[in-house]
Amino acid sequence: MADEPTLVKCLVWDLDNTLWRGTLLEDGEVALSDEIRALIAELDSRGILQSVASKNDHDHAWARLEALGVAEYFVLPRIGWGPKSESVRAIADELKFAPRTVAFVDDQPAERAEVTYHLPEVRCYDAAEVLELTQRPEFSPEVVTVDAKRRRSMYQAGFRRDAARESFGGPDEDFLRSLELVMEIKRADETDLSRVEELTLRTSQMNATGVHYSDADLRALLADPDHDVLTVTLADKFGTHGAVGVLLLGYHEQVWHLKLLATSCRVVSFGAGAALLNWLVDSAARAGVHLAADFRRTDRNRMMDIAYRFAGFTDDDCACLAGPGSGERGDIQFRHLAADRRPAPSTMTLAAPELGRTPAGA
Amino acid sequence: MTTANPAVDPKAVEAQLLAFLTERIKAPVEPGDDLFRAGLVSSMFAMQLVVHLEDTYDIEIVGPELTLDHFRSVDAMTALVLRLSGKNDG
Repeated sequence: MADEPTLVKCLVWDLDNTLWRGTLLEDGEVALSDEIRALIAELDSRGILQSVASKNDHDHAWARLEALGVAEYFVLPRIGWGPKSESVRAIADELKFAPRTVAFVDDQPAERAEVTYHLPEVRCYDAAEVLELTQRPEFSPEVVTVDAKRRRSMYQAGFRRDAARESFGGPDEDFLRSLELVMEIKRADETDLSRVEELTLRTSQMNATGVHYSDADLRALLADPDHDVLTVTLADKFGTHGAVGVLLLGYHEQVWHLKLLATSCRVVSFGAGAALLNWLVDSAARAGVHLAADFRRTDRNRMMDIAYRFAGFTDDDCACLAGPGSGERGDIQFRHLAADRRPAPSTMTLAAPELGRTPAGA
Repeated sequence: MTTANPAVDPKAVEAQLLAFLTERIKAPVEPGDDLFRAGLVSSMFAMQLVVHLEDTYDIEIVGPELTLDHFRSVDAMTALVLRLSGKNDG
């Protein structure tokens, strides 16, 4: 009967007699058990963010978290004297998480009730239950990818990046240049594929066909000389954005067939999609081939349509489409481009392999 | 049909677009400025412009109309809005 439980994306901790034993302002000394310390690290490694909503003196409590060696695990801590429901709401808002993906743990029934009253969708747990949280399905994502493991540090980099953007006074492109963006495109290997799987599942807005290629589909193509599976990662001076894109390319005599292009919504505002398409167009131009990209309109991928059009792709027919166009295509259309040379992006450094069919015997 | 849609007056569209751009890119913009060449606008921002024009002027920008050149300057965007609004009327 029960639906799949909604995964918790952020757990908000009370401090006194929940995270640590004791009351900081009364006892002076508080202790962190090994079990709780291990729990914090375990949730972090599962890609679940953690924050703090505590009624305490901010500087005092934060200094104690630092002394205990766990401060780095907590994003956007709210330590002060306001209602906890407001703290939890502020944390959820800033993370852009829906309340139903946020959880709260506190030893005081009154505090849990206050949060539940104002935020009925936030799941509240008694401190006595906290050690069992890792057993619960809502804290157990099915797949833990490389990027999930470093989700917290990616968010922390994101906060520093947002602050920099906020205080930046000049035009858009100047800000992007100041980030020192580096895009790396590489042929996928076995370990890259789990990250790719998450990307193609999650990025419905930026998937050109809405078709989901499974891990097995892509794995089967890794060794195929007529296909390349490429992964894209992006980093800047604040840290890595992780895996942000995946391409599946099929090679034909006169045309390269872009069967899958999915990019993460997180990096759209850095111009990652346009840079990727321009690189691909330039590579095709150097190889003397046309490009044919699969596109299928879904109710969520308008941005992808625009990205293709802005890169110069059209609906026009071309003799080159005969090769990739054979076989069952359903309602998937082609976006076609006679490739031309393109300048390197002005806002990022790009590292990429030379594309093309793997030579026989290589 | 060139009957002016009262909601879509060229001068008004131009003024609204100039105000929108000046606020968003934090730099003064002239109607004829090439926004991409000047590095004022990223291709990502151009995508936001598509959505902005559609929502503000109740038009649909699809297919071949979606070329970067139509978003290159305030002049070009004004012309696009007027043309597509005219189509809606007729």
